[in-house]
Order: sequence, then C-alpha cells, then structure tokens
Amino acid sequence: MLLRSLFLGVFVLFSVFGCSAQQTDSKPTISIWHWMTDRDPAFQELAKKYETLTGVKVNFELYAPSDAYSQKIRAAGQGTNLPDIFGILGEKRDFASFIKAGHILDLTPYMEADNNSWKNIFFPKALAVNEFAPQNSYGINPGIYGAPIDIMTIQMVYNKKMLSQLGLNPNRPPQTLQEFLDIGPKLQAAGMQGLVSGWGEVWMIDCLANNYAFNIMGKDKVLATIRGEVPYTDPDWIQVFAIFKQMKEAGVLAQGVVTMINKSAEQLFANEKAAFAFNGSWCVNVYKGMNPGLEYGAMLPPKASDKYPMAVWGGAGSSFMVNARSKNKEEAVKFLVWLTSQDQQAYLAASTNNLPANKSSLSKIPEVLAQFARSMDNATHPNVWGVSEFSLVIEAFDRGVQSIIIGEKTPEQVADEVQKIKERELAKRKAQ
Amino acid sequence: MQINKLERKSGVKIRENIENYIFVLPAVTIFSIFYIIPFVWVFQLGLYEWDGISFTKVFVGLDNFREIFFQDANWWHAMWNAGYITLIALTLQNILAFMLAWACDREIKMKNWYRVIFFIPPVLSEVVVGMAWRFIINDIDGANIINRGLISMGLGQFAHNWLSDPNTALTTVAVVHCWKGFGWGFLIFLAGLQTIPRELYEAARVDGASAWQSFKNITIPLMIPVMVLVAILTVLGTMQVFVLIVSLVGGEFAGHTSVPVLRILASMRGSSRFGYACAQGITFGLVLIIISFIQYRFHKKGQ
Repeated sequence: MLLRSLFLGVFVLFSVFGCSAQQTDSKPTISIWHWMTDRDPAFQELAKKYETLTGVKVNFELYAPSDAYSQKIRAAGQGTNLPDIFGILGEKRDFASFIKAGHILDLTPYMEADNNSWKNIFFPKALAVNEFAPQNSYGINPGIYGAPIDIMTIQMVYNKKMLSQLGLNPNRPPQTLQEFLDIGPKLQAAGMQGLVSGWGEVWMIDCLANNYAFNIMGKDKVLATIRGEVPYTDPDWIQVFAIFKQMKEAGVLAQGVVTMINKSAEQLFANEKAAFAFNGSWCVNVYKGMNPGLEYGAMLPPKASDKYPMAVWGGAGSSFMVNARSKNKEEAVKFLVWLTSQDQQAYLAASTNNLPANKSSLSKIPEVLAQFARSMDNATHPNVWGVSEFSLVIEAFDRGVQSIIIGEKTPEQVADEVQKIKERELAKRKAQ
Repeated sequence: MQINKLERKSGVKIRENIENYIFVLPAVTIFSIFYIIPFVWVFQLGLYEWDGISFTKVFVGLDNFREIFFQDANWWHAMWNAGYITLIALTLQNILAFMLAWACDREIKMKNWYRVIFFIPPVLSEVVVGMAWRFIINDIDGANIINRGLISMGLGQFAHNWLSDPNTALTTVAVVHCWKGFGWGFLIFLAGLQTIPRELYEAARVDGASAWQSFKNITIPLMIPVMVLVAILTVLGTMQVFVLIVSLVGGEFAGHTSVPVLRILASMRGSSRFGYACAQGITFGLVLIIISFIQYRFHKKGQ
C-alpha cells in the first residue's frame, strides 16, 4: 500500500512538473566550441565574468585534440548543428568552404560600425587572415568573417646560456645564415644539439622554407610560383631547398629533427638539450610550464640574403566565427566584441602567455613575448596571400625537404619532382 | 479437408516465418545502420569530388578510383609499407606469440603472472607506446637503451638514429608494432592450446612419441584453425596501423613510413578531398577483404 502511494506520488510529481510550461528566460545562452586546452580555464573565467555583467550565459565547450575538434566542426557543419560561435582549423580554402556553405556570418558591418571602432582595435595582420579581399580566388564576397582572439608568429628561439657556453654573445643571436652555419662545428665540439622543431609533422618545414623563399626571392616571385608562372626549378627555389642541405651538413640541425614531433622539440628546448628551436609564439606558455627558469630569446630565422626582408608566418593565432544560422548571432557578436576588448585581451595574454589580438593590450606582456610581437612587422601567412598552392605540391615540397635533410635527394631532384606535380595539377585544373 | 489442412499448415509457416523475421529484425537493423548504410554511403561519396564541408558535391563517376589505381603512386607505396609491416607482424609477432603461449600452456612456475605481463602491451594506448619507445630508441630526447646496449656489447658500429634513418625507420615501427600486438595473438593461441585434449599427448607419450613429434603431429594440426584466425586478425589490425607511426615519427617521414590510413587522412584533411578519401577507404577495405578471403580459402583447402 505504502509502495503504491509512493509510486502514485512520484507519478503525480512528474506529471505536474513534466507538463508545466518551461521556464522562459529572456537572456539566451551562447555556446562556443573550441580546441584550446591551455586557454580553457581563462575562457571559463571570462564566461563567468560576462554572465555577471550581462546576465548572458556563455558555455565554452572544449573539444581536444585539435584533429578531433576539426572533424567535429565538419560533421556539425554537415548537420547544420554548429554552435553560436566556433573556430576553424585548417587552410583558407576550408574557411572559404564554410562560408560558401552559409555557416559563417560576415562580421564586416559590425567591424565597420561606429567608424570602424571594432576593426581598429586589432592588429591589421591579425584581421587579414579572417578577411577575404575583393576578387579573391575563392569566390567569397569580400569581408571580414572572423574575430581574432590572439595572434602568433612562428620564428626561432635560442638558449642564452648555451650560446654563452659556445663562446657566443647571448644577446646577439646569429643574424645571417652563414653565422648560423658557423655555429655548427662549435655545437658538435661541445656535444650540444642545434635546432629542434616539429619537422616530423611537416607543416613547420613548409613554414621555414617559405620564410627563406620570401627572403631570397621576395613575395611577388613566391606568389608567381604559386600561380604557376615561375617553376620550382628556378635557381632561387633551388637555393631555398639547398639551405636545408647546408644546415644538415653544417651540423646545426639536431639529430632526428626530421621525425621529431613538436612536443618532443619543445621538451628538448625547455630542458636545455638543444640550443635553438623553430616554434610559434605559443611556445612561451609551453616553456614556462616545462622550465620556468629557462633563459631564452626570440629571433628571426638568420637571413640568407640581403635582397628581401626575412618573413615569418604570423597573424591571427586563433579566431572565432559566428554561426550565420544561429538565432543568437547578435548576442554572439556582442560577446566577441567584449572578449576582444582591452581588459579581456590583457587578461587572456597574462593568463595564457599568448599575444593579444588587441593592439592596446600589448603593454603588460613578458619580454620574450614582446620579441615575438615585434616580429609582426615581418609577418605573413598563406591565408593572406590570396592564392593557395595545391595540397599535393605542398606535400611533395615538404617530403622533398625531409629527403634533402636525410641525404636521400639533392635540392635539384626535389625541385624537379615538385615541379612535375605542380604541372600535373595545373593541367588537371585547366581540364576542369 | 486436405485443402484446409494445407492452408492451416501454410498459415502456421507464415506466422513462424514472421516471428523469425521479428527476432532477427533488431540485429539486421543495427547491422544495416552501422555497417551496410555507411559502406554504401562511403562508396557513393567516392564517386564525388567533395571538400567535406560544402553542401554541393560534383559527380565524377569512377575518376577517383581511376586516379587511385593508375596515378597515385604514393597510395601504392603506402600499401607496400603496410604490407611490409604486416609481413613482419605475421612472422615475428605471431611466432613469438605462439612460442610464448606454448610455454605458458605447459606446467611452468608463475605462468599466470606471465599471462598478465604479456597482455599489458596490447591494452596500452598506441600513443603511450609510441612515446615510450621514442624514449627507448631516441638519441637526444630519450635514454636510447638500444644504442647503449649495442655499444656495451662492442657493436657500436650499429648504433644510430633508428627512427630518422630511412633504412631502419619502417622496420623499427614494425618491431614496435609487434611488441604492442603480440599479446593478442598470445591470448588467442593460449586459448586454442588449452582446447587440445591432454589425452592426445598422453596417448602419444605412451606410444613413444618425442616432444617434437607431439608438437608436430598434435599441436600444429589442431592449432591450424586458430593460426588462420590469428593471421586474419593480424593482417586486418596491422594494415590499419597509423597512430603508432604518428607518435613515433610524426607522420609519413618523406614517405618512408606512410601507410594507407595516413594517406586517407592526408586526402581528407590535408587536401580536403573527402570524395577521394572515401574512394581510398573503399579500395583499402576491398583489398583487406580479398586478403582475408584468400587466407580463408587456403585454410579451407588445407582442411
């Protein structure tokens, strides 16, 4: 009897509350998907602050690692289940595909409102990676489609203590390629490792090679190559390939760099087992976590030519996009405006050691991070070039550089192979 | 009367059939949703040029398959690499697994302890195994136990960077894969060995058979079905290896460690060619089915 009454009571409770109208809340909840494990605690903190200020709840949902996140975003895009705000990992053509599929809101009107008040707070190069210029090759309406939340540059870092041990000035890292190559014998004599980087994950090879391509032949010729007007067998490109051979032969590359994953490279540099590293500005946070006492500085890759300035890849580190189909898009934009304002950017920079995208938040950053920031003048990125290389060509290029480093192929052979693939892809494009 | 009987009989049969169909319906539904429909869908996507994001796809017929078979040398090189790792797994890994299972099947001390130890590698994450072996093998970020061991044995001339040398990278990956995978084979072989009636061995001993004769004439013939099963599972598991490779060498290492799954990922993520990646997946799946079928036919013929 007692049991029956209990069941009846539970049934009535469920019926009453289950059928009652859902409590309506005029304030929406903004959902954000991201992959940035290191920044998640800071995001959660900012979300709480925003809710206190505005009453709008913000749900940051972390999906890591980045590969899994990337797949999730694509799948959600297919199902039109994307959150209010999300980031895109990948190349500019992926970004363009998302826009073409109607997933991303054009932020230009918001950026340009009140005399460009939102647009003007950002580093122009940080905005550029989210921007599609008029008559871009992707066929996207010109505009700004994302808000950068931080910026990055990828360059070289050097260990000051190890440079001193080699008899070099710790405050004057090598400026030219020759100076850098001359360190090789000293490194070998001291039993030290030279340059470490995640070259097993190939894209960083592409990055350094492009830096040297800009330095040796200038931006116009690099872009002309991508357009198919200059062959990869051009002497300037062979010189770019040959730099990796010279580095290998001079002994400035660490053993096994060609199969190194970036996490290992970061550990080696942080543990003072390698004198140089090629890494992005995110490394400042990584090294701080691994070895807070590490004495190091950031430098541009040593230049191989005086003809053109050395370039480094840089621009928006991470950006957020607003879902064009979201019913909360206006609130989402308001949140992004708040997130990218000076105080929030300064908080993010201080708590995550990433470079802020907001120009006015740069004042209180550590010196080594400021060194990375100063290189923004030299920054470029494939996403702002307006043309993109065939992925098969990039693959052949990166594999080729790996082959040069392990002594399997000559720079000329690699140039030939890359050019053949380029011609095949160009022919395929023409046939379409 | 006769007609009525027949009608009643056929009615019962139909009812029984319907009942049977209802019983298998859940299983068929689940199998269709998770296996048949995705397979058909992937095949269908393989006929399109699609970036995986856009809502529009361009129908290209069998062009993707044609490209795989006649133009994509990297794909077949990756197949060759996977085949090489599989060959090493089929021999080294399975012989080791069989020998250890055979040893543990006998009355030896602490055999349960060995069973646990041998089954630890398969349950470890491939990423963890890769990182651990990097530490064991690598020169600068690891202890490099292998090279130190070689030097201490006076074989210093063989000490080198195993993962960054194109001549040894793939074999090193294969050996690490065998280390990780032999535990599965060990367990299955052990289960198979335990099903062999002990009386057969006792009868053989009474008849004066030596240990080798017992092994050759009792153990091996009765273990052949298990060996075929282990061989099929080894081929299927090894051909699909890729996480271990990523954690050991970061990726395809100038093509020396490229395998089909890495190529599929490269098409899907690197080139944003989902349609082509699906065609590669279908081709790869068919190759695996054909290999398994051949193995099974050989086994049947042998029986």
